[in-house]
Amino acid sequence: MKARVFVTLKGGVLDPQGKAIHHALEGLGFSGINDVRAGKLIELDLADGTSDADIDAMCSKLLANTVIENYRIEKVG
Amino acid sequence: MKSAVIVFPGSNCDRDLAVAIEQASGTKPIMLWHRETEIPAGVDLIGVPGGFSYGDYLRSGAMASRSPVMAAVRDAAARGAFVLGICNGFQVLTESGLLPGALMRNAGIHFVCRDVPLTVENSQSTFTARYAKGEQVVFPVAHHDGNYFADEATLDRLEGEGRVAFRYAENVNGSARNIAGILNETGNVLGLMPHPERASEPAHGNTDGARMFAGLVEGLMTAA
Repeated sequence: MKARVFVTLKGGVLDPQGKAIHHALEGLGFSGINDVRAGKLIELDLADGTSDADIDAMCSKLLANTVIENYRIEKVG
Repeated sequence: MKSAVIVFPGSNCDRDLAVAIEQASGTKPIMLWHRETEIPAGVDLIGVPGGFSYGDYLRSGAMASRSPVMAAVRDAAARGAFVLGICNGFQVLTESGLLPGALMRNAGIHFVCRDVPLTVENSQSTFTARYAKGEQVVFPVAHHDGNYFADEATLDRLEGEGRVAFRYAENVNGSARNIAGILNETGNVLGLMPHPERASEPAHGNTDGARMFAGLVEGLMTAA
């Protein structure tokens, strides 16, 4: 079984990387971009039967720093 | 006085830190590899050095803070050992929960590598005993992720409890309230982004950092 973990910066936390991407997109001539926020996608290949609680613990203990980041788990197949 | 310096894969200021501690204390620190599970008995000062532990994978300090030796460092801090985290070491200490907040990408995106003036905010701690409150010192910084972040309540608590040890006189990385270094609740853990160990002998052209090590050694010798 596979799970995808999306790690994103919390609202209100400055995202310099997103800002740089925003500027670069505008530099390419794209307009109408209100904001850009960058995050991470982590794909986990897990033994069948891995509990939701375990996946959640992986996120809160290591994959995300909950001081500045939120995470969302999406199970695939 | 017995001291130790932690060495992670990717640490690169471990030897500089060891030299600074040795010059102040007269004794070479024990170099402790990240796979160690115990801090040798009698160690009362632990240095967590700068560098790029584990290649800064995932987040700066994230992997190092979960390495076996850090569990031992947490235990040692809880029993009163002094822990000094510099640069990547500060990131490791926030990631491990020994200090509050987080260090994020510099607001200006650039890696900043130069001398920066700092204001000493607390001269009561063992780390800062040889400085005067309000004094300006210059330490070099060299980091990409030094932008200190914590929620407002945490920042207020840090300020209220006198736990901001150093503030940037010139904010080079976007840090909340210009915070460059903070103490834990019990005053035995200090994390800071600037490098006192790189300003510790005349050959460095600046000895402002040497007083941190001298003060620490004096405090620890007196306590022992």
